[in-house]
Amino acid sequence: MVSLNQLIAVCLLYVVGLFMVAFAAERAAIRGRGDWLLRSPLVYTLSLSIYCTGWTFYGAVGYAARSGLEYVTIYLGPSLVMIGWWWLLRRLVRIGRSHRVTSVADLISSRYGKSNLLAILVTVMAVIGVTPYIALQLQSVTLSLSIFAAPTGVANGVLDGQADPINTAQAAFWIAIGLALFTVLFGTRNLNVNERHHGVVIAIAVEAVVKLLALIAVGVFVVWGLAGGVTEAMTRIDQSAIGTWQVDGGRWAALTFLAAAAFVCLPRMFQVMVVENDEERHLQTASWAFPLYLMMMSLFVVPIAVVGLDLLPAGSNPDLFVLSLPLSQGHNNLAMFAFLGGFSSATSMVIVATLALSTMVSNHIVMPIWLALGQTSVQQSGDVRHVVILSRRVSILFIISLGYFYYRASGGSGTLAAIGTISFGGVAQFLPVLLGGIFWRGATRMGALWGLGTGFGLWVFTMLLPSFGPGAALSAATLEQGLFGLGWLRPQALFGVGGLDPTVHAVVWSLSLNTLAFIIGSLFSFPSPVERLQGAQFVNIFDHSSPARGWTASVAASEDLMIMAQRILGAAEAQAFFRAQAQLQEKSEGLPEPTPAFVQALERELAASVGAATAHAMVSQLVGGASVSVQDLLAVADESAQMLEYSSQLEVKSRELSDTAAKLRRANDKLTQLSHQKDSFLSQVSHELRTPMTSIRSFSEILRDAEALSPQEKTRYASIIHSETIRLTRLLDDLLDLSVLENGEVTLNQQRGSLRDVLDIAVTTGRAANTRDIAIDRDRDSEDIPLETDLDRLSQVFINLITNAQKYCVSDAPCLSVRVHTSGNVVAVDFIDNGAGIDADARDLIFEKFTRVAGQGGEGAGLGLAICREIITRLRGDIAYLSDSPGTGFRVTLPTTQPGKFPELNPFAASA
Amino acid sequence: MTNRPGSPLFLERRSYRFRRMMDAVRLLPLLMLAFWMVPLLWPVQDSGDAVAVPMSHAVRYIFGVWLGGIVLGCLLWRRTARQIVQEAQN
Repeated sequence: MVSLNQLIAVCLLYVVGLFMVAFAAERAAIRGRGDWLLRSPLVYTLSLSIYCTGWTFYGAVGYAARSGLEYVTIYLGPSLVMIGWWWLLRRLVRIGRSHRVTSVADLISSRYGKSNLLAILVTVMAVIGVTPYIALQLQSVTLSLSIFAAPTGVANGVLDGQADPINTAQAAFWIAIGLALFTVLFGTRNLNVNERHHGVVIAIAVEAVVKLLALIAVGVFVVWGLAGGVTEAMTRIDQSAIGTWQVDGGRWAALTFLAAAAFVCLPRMFQVMVVENDEERHLQTASWAFPLYLMMMSLFVVPIAVVGLDLLPAGSNPDLFVLSLPLSQGHNNLAMFAFLGGFSSATSMVIVATLALSTMVSNHIVMPIWLALGQTSVQQSGDVRHVVILSRRVSILFIISLGYFYYRASGGSGTLAAIGTISFGGVAQFLPVLLGGIFWRGATRMGALWGLGTGFGLWVFTMLLPSFGPGAALSAATLEQGLFGLGWLRPQALFGVGGLDPTVHAVVWSLSLNTLAFIIGSLFSFPSPVERLQGAQFVNIFDHSSPARGWTASVAASEDLMIMAQRILGAAEAQAFFRAQAQLQEKSEGLPEPTPAFVQALERELAASVGAATAHAMVSQLVGGASVSVQDLLAVADESAQMLEYSSQLEVKSRELSDTAAKLRRANDKLTQLSHQKDSFLSQVSHELRTPMTSIRSFSEILRDAEALSPQEKTRYASIIHSETIRLTRLLDDLLDLSVLENGEVTLNQQRGSLRDVLDIAVTTGRAANTRDIAIDRDRDSEDIPLETDLDRLSQVFINLITNAQKYCVSDAPCLSVRVHTSGNVVAVDFIDNGAGIDADARDLIFEKFTRVAGQGGEGAGLGLAICREIITRLRGDIAYLSDSPGTGFRVTLPTTQPGKFPELNPFAASA
Repeated sequence: MTNRPGSPLFLERRSYRFRRMMDAVRLLPLLMLAFWMVPLLWPVQDSGDAVAVPMSHAVRYIFGVWLGGIVLGCLLWRRTARQIVQEAQN
């Protein structure tokens, strides 16, 4: 049997060891060494293990011995939250980092417009909610001590009403003092919460390893040492009193949910998970590593409970099986190790919980009161830090003493699990407001106040007060008949819904009415500008993690801010911060300008020490309260609008680019085509020139070389040469004409005249030029249309069309009808003969140069219609083949005279 | 997750795989929740003639799901961790 003194000696040695580890870690952190460990995902995961408290270590076995597998729900909920880190924790951690949140109260107050009232409410709720939990730790350590102190006969934990072997009140008192000392020493060394408490974190990590190993050691001893192997242990489990599944479905689901909610909302969990988080990627590692830790912690609980129920006498306290099993088998060292494990669980929880709560109490209650008491004191010189640190230390003592008094008041009688559940129910009331705050922009401060108030009230009434037992806080009559005798106000059967498990009843009612009040309050209230700004930033944390722009600090003098910052951050830190800010503003010396960005950064820096609401209040004292302008609100909207605009600009640009590319492609195609045209034109021209040249050369050679030529022959040959030169000349004329027209170098000789006159000239000339006669059918009356154009060029076109008809019309009695139609300002002249028309394939090409319709003979160079088209285009008209005419038909369209269109032709202008 | 305006509609193979892995990361907790709520369907001792589930089965089931979830979570972490950090930096 281990004596109590031995145990206390070992315990003290262990504590001294922890102190040394914590000191070493602090020193290493100050020197900037040991980052690989201090900032590793392993330490982060282990520090999360403060979720597993004395409740887990002792209480889980007791819970299992009483209710079977139900205990596991307490670990399933957190496992789900961790594995689902992407949904919630990632956001929380990012918000915590970018807004330098110091506690869960700070987060909620900051989200709802940096409201101090809300911060106070959350702090009070957290203190009240966590107090039973701290009492639970004291109880578990005291219980475990008492079992060692018990006389040998009752070492198995049967206390059944005898006087306690030790003075539990005194033991609990000294434990509380020790814990307070450790927390004060390591938790309030540095003020800036974001600088992390390295000593505390390392000590917690060590304790996490100790408690895990201790529980596993006891488990291995029980399974392989006492039960004789896994198979035997399983058989024993099935044969025991808890050998079948007997968990109520409602409790299973409700407790899993409650544990998940508490895991997120518990101030100490928030502290290690969000505030002390160093890098977001640690969260990813912890997402599977922490569930693994939880699983290992709860793996041996059922075997220990079953074997304990089996081996220890009836009436033993199952909460202590972890200790009493090894003790009863005479394994004192194992029992001592188990005690250290339990001690570790309890102490680490108390330290961190107290630290988190004291930060909240000092930032949200003490500091605002202190500020309110001395309105002008912010500007005075002198260190405020000692005030903050003192208030934190006092808060630590206050919270631990609260826990101690709760322990004394509840008589240390309740089972550990029941106390833990009550505490969970209290902090879970933050969940609706927390989730609403980071997922719903419409959540408002008023809604949050309503929701928290409702949930908290219901929790106190249905869970906390009944826990003291009938007659203590609530009279037995109230419990039986309801508050004021109203049946529907019975604490454990609200609104007449009885028959439910009290825990499920309390959780369902408090959380559902809390959520309802929160939503209704939010829907029917209107948020202040700061709230809306913060809401947008919290909900869209991944879109723009930039800080809120809050201050229009033209009034604030940098000196005042400097004085205040020095008092809170410390002289050296404040000067370093101001220097860095001045460098950011590209000032080589002096204080930085009080720009909104600078004041915002300062506020955040202060918030890390005293919380968002207090920092906001302090800065507003100096800056004069101007906080959010419409521009600031719009800035958030602007940022996304700018991005949208930028992307649409890019879209337009890319569309322009593809348009240009298409244009270039078309231009390239056209150039290639033109190059081909030019080549074929050149070869056509050479061909056209060579034929007459060949005959001229042959006949001139005959004339030169043949000696006996009759005069008739000479004349014939000479006239052939002559006609060939005429043809050449005509061809060259045409080419020149065409090139002039195509290059746009032609000067049009604008004249006035009647269409009829032009046609008369054309018919006369056309007939004279050709031997083959053609009947021309005209409607002279319709031709009397005044024109104002180059009449010579126009008649050239008409002549060409008439001679073409003369040459190519294959009819026996060729006839060309000329028809004139006017519509509006356009006159159309149709030339239609009674020939065979032009093949559909050839129609597209007839206006191209050197195009001659196949099979029609003829001696033209194929330039006539090309010239016609060029001329008509110059005259701003059009020429087209009439595909639906009976023979070959062409339509020439021209603009008619438009008075005033050609001022140089105006008779008055001409006379001037 | 909805696409933000301006992000491409289709992705190259690597990014596509990464996105699907992230879908798995998101869905894993739901899967585990579903498995852990299966005990709600088990008969409770005093609910008539159905034979109650033995404790050893219940323990194996609950812890089996737990271990499976942890292993899956660990595998997903190995495949996505680096890219998540990269995306966060971008």
